[in-house]
Amino acid sequence: MKKFIRHSINNIFLYGSVTVVCLFLVSIIFQIFSRGLPVISWEFIADFPKDGLTKGGIFPAIAGTILLTFITTLLAVPFGIACAIYLSEYAHDNWLTRLIRAAIRNLAGIPSIIYGLFGLALFVQALQMGTSLLASGFTLGLLSLPYIITTSEESLRRVPTLVREGSLALGATQLECIRDVVLPAALPGILTGVILSLSRAAGETAPILFTGAVFYINSLPGQPTQEFMALPYHLYMLSTQHQSIELVRPLAYGTATVLIVLVFLLNIIAFYIRFKKRNYE
Amino acid sequence: MEYKRRELLDIAFKHIFRTAGLLTLLILAGIFFMLIYNSIAFFLQSKPLDFITSSQWNPGSSKVSYGIGPLLVSTLLVSLGAMIMAIPLGIFTAAFLSEFAGRKLQNILKPFIEMLASIPSVAIGFLGIVVIGPGIAKIFGIQNGLNAMNGSVLLAIMALPTIVTIAEDAIQAVPKTYREGSFALGANKWETLFKVTLPAALPGLIAAIMLGLGRAIGETMTVLMATGNAAAFPTGFLDSVRTITATIAIEMGEVPYQTTHYFALFAIAAVLFLITLGINLLGEYFANQFRKFQP
Repeated sequence: MKKFIRHSINNIFLYGSVTVVCLFLVSIIFQIFSRGLPVISWEFIADFPKDGLTKGGIFPAIAGTILLTFITTLLAVPFGIACAIYLSEYAHDNWLTRLIRAAIRNLAGIPSIIYGLFGLALFVQALQMGTSLLASGFTLGLLSLPYIITTSEESLRRVPTLVREGSLALGATQLECIRDVVLPAALPGILTGVILSLSRAAGETAPILFTGAVFYINSLPGQPTQEFMALPYHLYMLSTQHQSIELVRPLAYGTATVLIVLVFLLNIIAFYIRFKKRNYE
Repeated sequence: MEYKRRELLDIAFKHIFRTAGLLTLLILAGIFFMLIYNSIAFFLQSKPLDFITSSQWNPGSSKVSYGIGPLLVSTLLVSLGAMIMAIPLGIFTAAFLSEFAGRKLQNILKPFIEMLASIPSVAIGFLGIVVIGPGIAKIFGIQNGLNAMNGSVLLAIMALPTIVTIAEDAIQAVPKTYREGSFALGANKWETLFKVTLPAALPGLIAAIMLGLGRAIGETMTVLMATGNAAAFPTGFLDSVRTITATIAIEMGEVPYQTTHYFALFAIAAVLFLITLGINLLGEYFANQFRKFQP
């Protein structure tokens, strides 16, 4: 009997924890979507904000986030994959590569606000890009770099050595072997990691706070040297910085919904690629 | 001729890849150097002792003081509160996932928890303003729910996926023979879990907790939006607090370039960097302990 009671308590703990964790996710989505979805309309997505941001849409914020993620990709993806190729295909186990690996692990643990400070000091001030789309995109690029390197290296390593040896034996140089054999085989894994880290970068706010995001801009950022609006910053601003917070609350719900849907979409694409790859293997 | 071109290209790219590797090293060095350089500039203009002993962070008023104490205590209070909630929840969930859930349930729950990790921090902060904060205010009968407890609940939600994934890896890394030995001695599932599997996975569980804590301490937007931002020593979880990250986020946008105040923000960032670095290194040390199980 005593045992039965103890086991019931254990049961409650285990099943209870799982239920609570799942409830968190479900209630987050429900709380935001139930009030955000009714706000969303074609006008909300495709229109500029009006009347001191109390009416109209969030088009410039959506466009800003997409452009920002694009610049992040331009910096982080080639750089990250090149670094992963070096670590998995060329590097020997010596003090230098151990140092590089340690650097990557530490970079992954640095708080995003410190990346923001670094972006401010390096891109905005030292390299004189000013607060701009470019400075913010580069900052987010550095932030997603360690994650892209780690996941890319992992999927490069999973390509069997035999495949490399076969291609080298046929007379390919190491570069040709990597380009024509190793990279294509590792591509689904690399792509999954890249998409997940970009989805994370798209939702980041702290690093763009002082590197280029602004409250309101009445034109689209046509040049990468301009300041820009972004979805996460727009949500932050609507929920804490606006003069009439209650008035813009529905718009905040709508913005949150659009942001979460965007991030989930990227995640689902990544899951799909991973799933496809598993079937293929 | 053709062969020579191929070989040259090969050598060139070898150097390109190597440079990329070295550049990452340079980025870490750059971040480190930037923090140190600006912190030194701060301590040349302000007394280092005040930074530690002064009980006020008050850069704006006529009586300027830069005491990191209240910010540090706020940061630790909110993160500890988050850990009190996230550690049991996270470890029990991990134990359930690896020991009790069937394959099908695992395949549904794992991506589900990963989704929780992908929700942007600003959306979690928004939730703190519109749902959890008002809820806390109602339960405790206070005016404003923007306080340390609100921040803790939100940070717990954000740290959970990290803790669950790493703890689950750690529990699964415990060799099967341990469990079989325990079953052979007549122990049941529960006794095996609590007396054999979890203790054996302890280094990995500590790693999970450390990495979750590192994430909570470094988080910015959630605490900025949900904890009220009063820069005084908090006396409890229902007080409004202001963390290091939130202070940087609020003040960096308005402070003039290269003033004492500007440098002071880099100095508190350097402290934050050292804390998260220490916690992450500790987490990594324990993570390596549990990986030794694997062949």
